[in-house]
Amino acid sequence: MAETPKIELRNICKSFGKKVILDNLNISVAKGESLVVIGGSGTGKSVMLKCILGLLKPESGQILIDGEDITNASGHRREQVLRKTGMLFQYAALFDSLTVWENVAFGLIQAHGMKRGPAKEIAIQKLSLVGLGADLADKRPAELSIGMQKRVGLARAIAAEPEIIFFDEPTTGLDPIMGDVIDTLIRDCTQDLGATTLTISHDMESAQKIADRIALLYKGNVVWAGPATDINTCGDPYVEQFVHGDVDGPIKVDILKP
Amino acid sequence: MEKNFLATIGRVFLVFMSAVGRITIFTGQSLRHCIVPPFYLRLLGKQFMDIGYYSLPVVGMTALFTGMVLALQIYVGSSRFNAESAVATIVVIGLTRELAPVLSGLMIAGRVGAAIAAEIGTMRVTEQIDALVTLSTNPFKYLVAPRLIAGMVTLPMLVLIGDIIGVSGGFLVSTEKLGFNPGNYLKNTFEFLEIRDVVSGLIKAGVFGFIVSLMGCYHGFNSTGGAQGVGRATTNAVVSSFVLILISDYFLTVLLID
Repeated sequence: MAETPKIELRNICKSFGKKVILDNLNISVAKGESLVVIGGSGTGKSVMLKCILGLLKPESGQILIDGEDITNASGHRREQVLRKTGMLFQYAALFDSLTVWENVAFGLIQAHGMKRGPAKEIAIQKLSLVGLGADLADKRPAELSIGMQKRVGLARAIAAEPEIIFFDEPTTGLDPIMGDVIDTLIRDCTQDLGATTLTISHDMESAQKIADRIALLYKGNVVWAGPATDINTCGDPYVEQFVHGDVDGPIKVDILKP
Repeated sequence: MEKNFLATIGRVFLVFMSAVGRITIFTGQSLRHCIVPPFYLRLLGKQFMDIGYYSLPVVGMTALFTGMVLALQIYVGSSRFNAESAVATIVVIGLTRELAPVLSGLMIAGRVGAAIAAEIGTMRVTEQIDALVTLSTNPFKYLVAPRLIAGMVTLPMLVLIGDIIGVSGGFLVSTEKLGFNPGNYLKNTFEFLEIRDVVSGLIKAGVFGFIVSLMGCYHGFNSTGGAQGVGRATTNAVVSSFVLILISDYFLTVLLID
């Protein structure tokens, strides 16, 4: 028998009212693997991530982390699970009432009960890992550029050295160079930690850089999954259309034609 | 036509009942986190400053001018049947039992309720609340509980100070402008004042403080849709606090009258 997947989604269904978002979704990520889920906007990528984090409850199906069913975990048990994870939000979602170092050290202080002094030292060390100097530590997030905020967000996600890290559109809204910087940092940081990562993205270049494996989501289901190196040669019509950004193809975009 | 009318009534009733249900669940969850550890003392201290200390000028001003106006108006009324000596007693009882708690509650709703709704609402729409969850920190414990406790505890303190300032305002106007003898005025103030007049006002204040914090947190927590949503949450927080304060004031008065 193969090793238990680090993250496994079994037959997940989720809809809002009559609109079906996730339709019998099955995805699994092996330990130490980097999976990038790509897909257009509105295909359910964010909903999938929120289901895993417990921010949304799926109607049916199971979510397993390390083989343990956490679909309906709440309270203390959910916090135990979340202690293994880190997350980088699309717009960083830094706490604007706290300083940069307090943001990075947040999980260490709140969830792991560390004292403020040592937590600050670790925070500054994590900031240096993402290429930010100690002089930024006492600034407020609002004083930083979006690229810097994302790097602080990355430092916050890796601060407690989690086993699993989620990335929500890590390069969206960044210039190509900063996007590349973030991709490289994600690649390096997660490899150093040996962490399992699940990324959602629609940026093909970024996806190929950080992924071991790529899955294409369409209408709440995986239509193609395979090694990142195969993405340009697989010949799958869905993948071809997405990679080349064509309007015509099996993926239908809901816009009203004049 | 008739059917439509009945359907509208039914729909409104259902919307109302589901809102009551949601608020009840929210309140229950919030209260549970107020009494179950861990507690965030640092945050509690900050809220004591924000809600309590920084509201002192507003509450003080309100109480001062209310006391001054009250003395003038009651003098006008009571002089019509030669009962000028009642001014001091009516001012102190009117302030402690009714005007100081209600007017302070309304001022705090405008100052603090709106701020809470805007802050938590912005945290909601910028995914900061989701970020809290991913850092295994319960947002009820981290955001709601400190504000609720601070609201419940500081408003009675503010009202007590307001009572003193308000009575001083009445004293000032009565002695300087209406020609009362200071000694007599003070004697009349305290002669018929009972402890329960003050205490019933402080109990009201505690309830009003709870309402203001709760409404701010509830509407902020449930805000959706960007800047407009936060604006709506802020308006709803203030309006619902006002309405609930005025309604609960009547029932509290009935309860506390004996």
